[in-house]
Amino acid sequence: MAYDKFTVLTSTAVPLPIENVDTDQIIPARFLKATERKGFGDNLFRDWRYNNDNSPKQDFVLNNPIYTGKILVGGTNFGSGSSREHAAWAIYDYGFRCVVSSFFADIFKGNAINVGILPVQVSEAFLDQIFKAIEADPATSITIDLAAQTIKLEATGAIESFAINGYKKHNLMNGFDDIDYLQAMKADIKAFAAVHGI
Amino acid sequence: MSNNPSTLFDKVWDAHVVRKIEDGPDVFFIDRHFIHEVTSPVAFLGLESRGIDVMFPECTFATADHNTPTINQHLPVEDPLSANQLQALERNSAKYGISHWGLGDPKNGIVHVVGPENGITLPGMTIVCGDSHTSTHGAFGAIAFGIGTSEVEMVLSSQCIMQPKPKKMRINVNGKLGKAVTPKDVTLYIIAQLTTAGATGYFVEYAGDVFENMSMEGRMTVCNMSIEMGARGGMIAPDETTFNYIHGREKAPKGAAWDKALAYWKTLKTDAGAGFDKEYNFDAADIEPMITYGTNPGMGMGISKHIPKATDLAGGVATYEKSLKYMGFEEDQLMLGKKVDYVFIGSCTNGRIEDFRAFASIVKGRKKADHITAWIVPGSHIVEAQIKEEGILDILTEAGFLLRQPGCSACLAMNDDKIPAGKYAVSTSNRNFEGRQGPGSRTLLASPYVAAAAAVTGVVTDPRDLLA
Repeated sequence: MAYDKFTVLTSTAVPLPIENVDTDQIIPARFLKATERKGFGDNLFRDWRYNNDNSPKQDFVLNNPIYTGKILVGGTNFGSGSSREHAAWAIYDYGFRCVVSSFFADIFKGNAINVGILPVQVSEAFLDQIFKAIEADPATSITIDLAAQTIKLEATGAIESFAINGYKKHNLMNGFDDIDYLQAMKADIKAFAAVHGI
Repeated sequence: MSNNPSTLFDKVWDAHVVRKIEDGPDVFFIDRHFIHEVTSPVAFLGLESRGIDVMFPECTFATADHNTPTINQHLPVEDPLSANQLQALERNSAKYGISHWGLGDPKNGIVHVVGPENGITLPGMTIVCGDSHTSTHGAFGAIAFGIGTSEVEMVLSSQCIMQPKPKKMRINVNGKLGKAVTPKDVTLYIIAQLTTAGATGYFVEYAGDVFENMSMEGRMTVCNMSIEMGARGGMIAPDETTFNYIHGREKAPKGAAWDKALAYWKTLKTDAGAGFDKEYNFDAADIEPMITYGTNPGMGMGISKHIPKATDLAGGVATYEKSLKYMGFEEDQLMLGKKVDYVFIGSCTNGRIEDFRAFASIVKGRKKADHITAWIVPGSHIVEAQIKEEGILDILTEAGFLLRQPGCSACLAMNDDKIPAGKYAVSTSNRNFEGRQGPGSRTLLASPYVAAAAAVTGVVTDPRDLLA
């Protein structure tokens, strides 16, 4: 599925300073019943965001109009648990294009990139600076430059580099995906399979 | 030929690399692909929108499990969304020529139970599924791990995914396990030591005499939970226990093909002197029956212990306090004697015959506590049949328990098997996340023995006190 190319993003950010945010919190299993990739953003963080009667929980950050933007900033070990790509779909569908944390669970990280979300892993100290900057001024901007592989806090000018492999970076910057790549090397795969056996 | 010592993981991984991309992932060939109704429909839509076909349909196996009822499976599925997903799996499988074990099929069951029991899972293979507990199949010396739906589409269309090679970790557990200490306790103990993110970025090999002496069912329980400490997967070198389990199963190699396969499988072990990026050693004698008290599987402790104080732990105090508040627990509280409302035995973690034997060994001659609601859910129809053949059903019935039909059930509560808000469930499943077993549910992860002890006493009970 096509996604928007990712080059430079300057945006305000939504802080979620909770550790070990698992994919069951990002989207609970009972909302995985669709057979199409539509509308998952409505149920993003469903049980933290809404009461049982579907009224919004006022103390949850997504229900606080002060906090907006295309960047979600989470505590360490973001995206642990279930492999459900629905979690990445929900984050993308809600409008986020980047998730920042000091540590990501493996499967979530891969799923995020595959759907066009950039996971930016920063140091604990930098993550702390981000949370503090947003707390001081929810309108503060963060700039993420994928080509330069940097994340910058506009309020203080603090900047940090982040890692991403060259192949995935190229894909995100151009809106390419792995399936096209694999389709283009089908002959090689068939030749491999003939020797390896299936 | 290189004489460099290499690990089991390296041997299997390197045999499946179609292409290495510089500063990128490996193009990684997949031998066996399992699909289920929840994470596959969007992948099939992707194939349709791109106009591409399934490359090797004979390498993919479909089973319905996540979203199926566990009673009255002969009746139409009431929830229209669930029914729609089941129909989509059946339709997509038929369209592309993929084997499909739908609801009611005698081979149906939880994907990670039916793969091994039908001889699809074999040593040295690469195995993926859109489910994080695919790590289960590592028990056979396979590299097995969960993938997202985009990757399901990749495997369907090209039999490959793009995967960076993880780092290598070895976890050695040696010594003799104590009374009522099961493979589930071993894995909950390891996760409590490493934390829920302690193995992220690694692929784990489990080694040592505790695993060598473990049954295949037990090894599957351990490998299953690898993802709960962040590892993509875990594996155990195949041995006579593995070969004996596989031999004669429906899709296992036969005759000359068996001899050839066996010769290869016997080479699948870590050479002396091979290196790991990280290694841990644990003593079996330190492990007691385990139970979790918090909202991730790393928050576990010996059943006789007190809940740790926030100040005794590494990590954020606020997150820890949030977790205990959700569970309705206090720091330093004793778990023994805590009233339980529900008991769930089943899932890809503990839904195999050995688990039901363990459960029955404690409930035999006792009665279900009146206030307990118990959901006893076999992992497959084959397990269900074994439960009946071995007389376990009679023991359960006499004690006041009802046997349900196979499926993932209350492990993720996608179907109607939901623990109500605020209620405590002792579960043999794999995750105690907030709301995992139903909105507001409170999960205590444990072994089948601990589940049985709670089911008959109605409170958290040390199973060592009930076992003969």
